[in-house]
Amino acid sequence: MDHSLFNQRFRNGLPDELKAMQDQVEEVARKAGLDFFPVVFEMVKPEEMSMLAAFGGFPSRYPHWRFGMEFEQIHKSYSYGLSKIYEMVINTDPCTAYLMNVNHSTDQKLVMAHVYGHCDFFKNNMWFGHTNRKMLDQMANHATKVRKWVDRLGLARVEEFIDACLSVDNLIDIHAGAIRRQPRTSEPGTTMRERVAAGETPELPAAQDFKYDVDRSYMDEYINPKGEVLARREKALQQSLEPVTVPERPERDVLGFILEHAPLHDWERDVLGIVREEALYFAPQAQTKIMNEGWATFWHTKLMTEGLARADEIVQYAHSTSGTTAMGRQQLNPYKLGLELFRDIERRWDTGRHGREFDACDDMEAKRAWFVDERGGLEKVFGVRRIYNDVQFVDAFLTEDFCRAQGFFAYGWDPRNKQYVIESREFGKVKEQLLQQLTNFGQPILEVTDANHNNRGELLMEHRHTGADLQMDWAETALGNLSALWRRPVHVHSQLKGRPVRISHDGESPSREFLDRKGSAKPPKKKEKESQ
Amino acid sequence: MSLRIEGDVRRFRDIVKGRIRRDLKRYMSNGEMIGKKGKDFVSIPLPQIQLPRFRFGENKGGVGAGEGEEGDAVGEEGEGEGDGQGRAGQGAGQHVIEVDVSIEELAAIMGEELELPRIQPRGQKDIVAHKDKYTKIAPVGPDSLKHFRRTYKRALQRQIASGTYRPDNPVVTPERQDNRYRSWKEDNKPERNAVVLYMMDVSGSMGAAQKEIVRMEAFWIDTWLSSQYDGLDTRFIIHDAQAKEVDRDTFFSTRESGGTLISSAYKLAMKMIDEEYPSSEWNIYPFHFSDGDNWSGSDTRDCMRLLQEDMLPKVNAFCYGQVESEYGSGQFYGDLQKAFPDDESVILSKIANKDAVMASIKTFLGKGK
Repeated sequence: MDHSLFNQRFRNGLPDELKAMQDQVEEVARKAGLDFFPVVFEMVKPEEMSMLAAFGGFPSRYPHWRFGMEFEQIHKSYSYGLSKIYEMVINTDPCTAYLMNVNHSTDQKLVMAHVYGHCDFFKNNMWFGHTNRKMLDQMANHATKVRKWVDRLGLARVEEFIDACLSVDNLIDIHAGAIRRQPRTSEPGTTMRERVAAGETPELPAAQDFKYDVDRSYMDEYINPKGEVLARREKALQQSLEPVTVPERPERDVLGFILEHAPLHDWERDVLGIVREEALYFAPQAQTKIMNEGWATFWHTKLMTEGLARADEIVQYAHSTSGTTAMGRQQLNPYKLGLELFRDIERRWDTGRHGREFDACDDMEAKRAWFVDERGGLEKVFGVRRIYNDVQFVDAFLTEDFCRAQGFFAYGWDPRNKQYVIESREFGKVKEQLLQQLTNFGQPILEVTDANHNNRGELLMEHRHTGADLQMDWAETALGNLSALWRRPVHVHSQLKGRPVRISHDGESPSREFLDRKGSAKPPKKKEKESQ
Repeated sequence: MSLRIEGDVRRFRDIVKGRIRRDLKRYMSNGEMIGKKGKDFVSIPLPQIQLPRFRFGENKGGVGAGEGEEGDAVGEEGEGEGDGQGRAGQGAGQHVIEVDVSIEELAAIMGEELELPRIQPRGQKDIVAHKDKYTKIAPVGPDSLKHFRRTYKRALQRQIASGTYRPDNPVVTPERQDNRYRSWKEDNKPERNAVVLYMMDVSGSMGAAQKEIVRMEAFWIDTWLSSQYDGLDTRFIIHDAQAKEVDRDTFFSTRESGGTLISSAYKLAMKMIDEEYPSSEWNIYPFHFSDGDNWSGSDTRDCMRLLQEDMLPKVNAFCYGQVESEYGSGQFYGDLQKAFPDDESVILSKIANKDAVMASIKTFLGKGK
């Protein structure tokens, strides 16, 4: 884009000195190697900032009370001086960012530098690659669509449905945007089983079809031994006679599955699609929170201290940044963790403290004095910001030394004293806990395993239990909402305090059953019992 | 301020009000909002307003940083995020949401739910309150009230009229005659004031649980009456064998061990009424809470005479709440019932436990007195 034209068109909202400031920051950022979409800054009042925060950064959202609730919380917290939003930036092209008009001018400079960091991240991190950069328009379209349904059907009905959708909007496949789904492999009525059931005698496939291709004929008897080929054919025949399950393999995109298979009205499909699309749009941000904030903080500190901040601005800058990067005892501050990790990577790749030789070295003294003049730090951090997400980032770059230096510990719930206590400072445990926390952006993973459970069109899901139980009362209510979408009873297999459990909701009330009673757990039998 | 989010905020408030209405009985019998009352607002915890989700339960744990040995507590759960961007709503849902509801709204909900009639203020005589409203403009006044826009407008008009205004050099210079000042208008508004005289027996038999019930009663009575009157005064009298006036906190925390002479409280209340709250200007509500044990029959007779001759002619309603204590319930309730069988302005209620608070409030306030 022609930036001079862009500047003329979009920077009218800022006062002159901030316009000049933006030009300065942008130039410094570009010189430092950041690569970003053009940025449009908008100056907003505190209550507008609170509104935008409640709306997830977008000026126009569909009508829903949750935004009102969030606005009240955020604005109350701001009014009481408990929290302050310095800035907000959304992933669009051009990138839209908001500055708050009551902020100190040094903070505005800091925020601009921070925003350019975010914008570089949005543009270059591959997890954002498939997000809709015209989301500003798309959100407004969604709002219009939902309003249209509200006008036609009444607020209460639409809102109730949105409530149900939102309560399961974390059941998405974060990779859905990047995956081309294979269509269902077989048309109804064409499988071997269905044809047999229909009275046909389909001809059996020839053994020849089950041979692997061989270039050289003399290899054939080694690659396709006769017994093996027949066994393969036999297996395929068996499989073709088994009923086709829907889904064919466990489906993690629960919302997508419901969208495709539940008997929804047009308007419901429309609304559910909107909720899912927005959830998917926001997912990469939750997936890269540590990296994204770390990257932006890494760059604003770098730019500010290496020339951007004037001497008289340094104290204010340091004050604001220390607030942003303060670490709570129980809350991992993504700004701080990300910033320190990026700095650590830069340091390690500048001084050659990586690779097999360094890792294998167990002489602490030698490690401390380790120096290979690589100066590859900057190049490395740019590479890292391109391809990693939080899970991979922490997995690859959280080292034992780093963990010790930061004073990390893993804590857990002590049921006896009803409080959280420090469990361990061991590196392995801390890292495992951290990764656990980040996997699937901290949400439990549920997969649809059978859409025709009990042969009665009930939905069965499997919770991939990874150590932490579900919060049962919440899960039961959410399940109720899911059954409202599916229109039939829904079940989840999970674990509770180490025992397999099935929670169900039949649209009226939830129920819970442990599956390990009476010795052998044979769920089908129990289901029959339950149905009587 | 006009924001696009206002519709959503309004909708949210409607839902909140709906929830409070639905759960009013629970709120009235557990008293959790009483400690969170400000001047105009009450903070009400609303755990059930969040969107339910599949999420991890309490054994999820986490990673923190700082000092401490293994096994040390990491403290209360709290949001540590200092500031910053990031998308709103993330991580929300961990805490019980507290919503501020204005006292007026709460009273409205309470009035609707309990079907409380609006109170007919007593007496024909309107009490007039004077209030100065700065709505007038005058040509004279102090400089501190000078209305610059009006002043300059007058000056401009004068200059244009006299031909001294030059558009190419638009300087407007006010002269003395142009000066305009804000001025006030006296506004006479009928004002209805009420005073609640809370009396409580603090003798040994009234325990903490009984006082808690009284505190809850007082909260709802205040809420309702303040919505019905322009101004509401509250005074507090405790008594055992003697009565004295105390402040609100002392009222709910004092515990004495002496005997009980109820008439002492009534005498003090009458003294207050006579000295400070002439019944021609005030709507007066004496509320008396006790476990019903009086020291002697002769004192009870004194009480009845005091009520009949002195108090009842001057007050809107005399309300007596008998709180059941671990020593059972006394006979003062029965005595009152016998003495004033048909008197509408004597309202009696027995409060067995916290769950009975709502019914008792309805009894007290349901007469529209």
